[in-house]
Amino acid sequence: MPDSQLTKARSLIKLGQPEQDTWSLSRVEDGMPTSRPVIVPLKLWFDHASEADVAPWLPSNTELTSELAEQLATAPLVAIDFPAFTDGRGYTLARLLRERYQYRGEIRAIGDVLVDQLFYMSRCGFDALALREDQHLDDALRALGAFSVSYQPAVDINEPLFARRLREA
Amino acid sequence: MYRYDTYDQTLVDERVTQFRDQMERYLAGRLGEDEFRPLRLQNGLYIQKHAPMLRIAIPYGMLSSRQLRALGAITRRYDRGYGHFSTRQNLQLNWPKLEDVPDILAELAQVQMHAIQTSGNCIRNTTSDQFAGIASDEIEDPRPWCELIRQWSTLHPEFAYLPRKFKIAVTGADADRAAIQVHDIGLRLWRNERNELRVKVLAGGGMGRTPMIGDVVREDLPWQHLLTYLEACVRVYNQFGRRDNKFKARIKILVKALGIEEYRRRVEEEWAHLKDGPQTLTEEAVEAARSHFPEPDRRPVDEQAIIEHERLRQENRNFARFVTNNVTDHRVPGYKAVTLSLKRREHAPGNVTADQMDAIADLADTYSFGEVRVTHEQNVVLSDVPVDQLEALWQELETLGMANPTVGTLNDIICCPGGDYCSLANAVAIPVAQAIQERFEDLDFLYDLGPLDLNISGCMNACGHHHVGHIGILGVDKKGEEYYQVSLGGNATDDASLGKILGPSFYREDVPEVIDKVLQVYVEQRQDEEIFLDTYRRIGIKPFKERVYA
Ligand code: SF4
Repeated sequence: MPDSQLTKARSLIKLGQPEQDTWSLSRVEDGMPTSRPVIVPLKLWFDHASEADVAPWLPSNTELTSELAEQLATAPLVAIDFPAFTDGRGYTLARLLRERYQYRGEIRAIGDVLVDQLFYMSRCGFDALALREDQHLDDALRALGAFSVSYQPAVDINEPLFARRLREA
Repeated sequence: MYRYDTYDQTLVDERVTQFRDQMERYLAGRLGEDEFRPLRLQNGLYIQKHAPMLRIAIPYGMLSSRQLRALGAITRRYDRGYGHFSTRQNLQLNWPKLEDVPDILAELAQVQMHAIQTSGNCIRNTTSDQFAGIASDEIEDPRPWCELIRQWSTLHPEFAYLPRKFKIAVTGADADRAAIQVHDIGLRLWRNERNELRVKVLAGGGMGRTPMIGDVVREDLPWQHLLTYLEACVRVYNQFGRRDNKFKARIKILVKALGIEEYRRRVEEEWAHLKDGPQTLTEEAVEAARSHFPEPDRRPVDEQAIIEHERLRQENRNFARFVTNNVTDHRVPGYKAVTLSLKRREHAPGNVTADQMDAIADLADTYSFGEVRVTHEQNVVLSDVPVDQLEALWQELETLGMANPTVGTLNDIICCPGGDYCSLANAVAIPVAQAIQERFEDLDFLYDLGPLDLNISGCMNACGHHHVGHIGILGVDKKGEEYYQVSLGGNATDDASLGKILGPSFYREDVPEVIDKVLQVYVEQRQDEEIFLDTYRRIGIKPFKERVYA
């Protein structure tokens, strides 16, 4: 039964603030859970794409084609999985979704989401961070503000530092 | 030299605070070993055989005398009073205490230095030509471009967890002194017939276990697009590089698996979306970067001084030797670049003591506008010495033991720390270098051999660049015993090539003898002015094999 294996984030940070998680997550690929709202594997989601309380999660090896991005456009939320925190593909996926395909809904990091990844994740367009079970929320909130300056443009800032310097000079 | 503004300073200061916090959480047990690992690596901190090792970035090799003194002070205070210049224009401390590292980083930040991304699976310190800005064959000074790349790659939010490490090298001269063909990305700055600056982009070169020469991705990228194009190159790698096997995770494996055409196609497709985006460089942005590397305030050196220098050279054989081997021509008449040799038997190649750092800093202040460069050959360069000061400088170097007139010879060995320090090593490297230096000490013999690169690595990771040594030596492990494999014919410059393995490996004590036999074959077979590499290329490996294994 997929429903028996549903999980909820113990700590969720949304737009920089702790928040109670309303979504359940299912990692089971064979069988649709009945509980709502729910995040399900991308494969299962296609058949439920029209439902406002079903959202997909993408494995890190997803190739984000324009066709896929078009389908995702209507999803209430797109979760991106970090099977291991050292797998950096999710950062690219989030940027592509935001910057190339202008996805405006929530992009949520799930899986091996650790305190020290959050700053980069938020720069890449993740606005919801479902922390791994054992992570401390206060460490996480502090880590989000680790840097007040960045050299490169990303989802959060559209101007590289070299351009800002010239503008301010 | 690049000088931080408040933004750069804020960033390195915040980085220190961040790492201090991470270290505290680690020591308090709130951050696991595996989770701390990439964090410490991206701050240059390894856990080594005997102690932690800290690798400090020297961006594209440039150091001020003030920074060098600060490094000396740090090695005295937190280490054993010396450091090791690596082949990647970094400085490594071999004995820091783990819990001291945040304080060391804080002291570095005070002199505009850091250890950011000197290790880990991210974009590493960008390396370049040690004669940047002064070489007579230079088309474009690579340093402003390196600095733009440094900033772009520093804490890049998308590329902190790449499949594997990623190294970029840049050259802007006719002769490639940055070994761009054996880097993950190699960049060559050049000008077309209309005198417009272009960038040739290579990808997929590298050493390590599967050495490869880079392929050309793009011959003539207009400079404006450098950063967006790099972003496309790395993004494709981040998405498609292998993550299942550490030994197949470098970009070279991806480029090889896809083929350069397919890799290029994907990069171009990606780039089509990034092109002309906010990171497109403007004339003003490049000018601003260039303004950090002004011409030093050189006084004119008159004709008479140049004549006098030539006269001294004729008169003093020792000085003449030094000039021939350690002094390089300069774009500006009357000026020279001087290479200080960090190779002598008493020290491991590339090692410098704190006292030497102070001494070099003083010399830089007196003779060369307070700046030094470190080279991938593990030496130090004073880039702007007027010829009428050369002899005085040489005298001082003699006293300090840094005037070894052997730069570029067999004696100028490139060598990794090897088994004496490095926990990944199969075998020691430094004692092998020292045994070779001891055996071939005679200067006349060394000069007769001419330019010869001998490079030693203690394992497959190839930190000692053995694949691109004319003679390469690699430590291998056979059933728990240390052996050495010798290869011939590697080359890191323009017509780069990878060495070929001579045959079965040797005991450590036999290595000098083997090298001697290899050299004998060269001396017997060379024609006219032929250097070792050219003789090898002409006659092939067979005669060497026959002699060594006879
Ligand atoms: S080549 Fe091997 S032994 Fe030498 S420093 Fe690199 S990892 Fe260590």
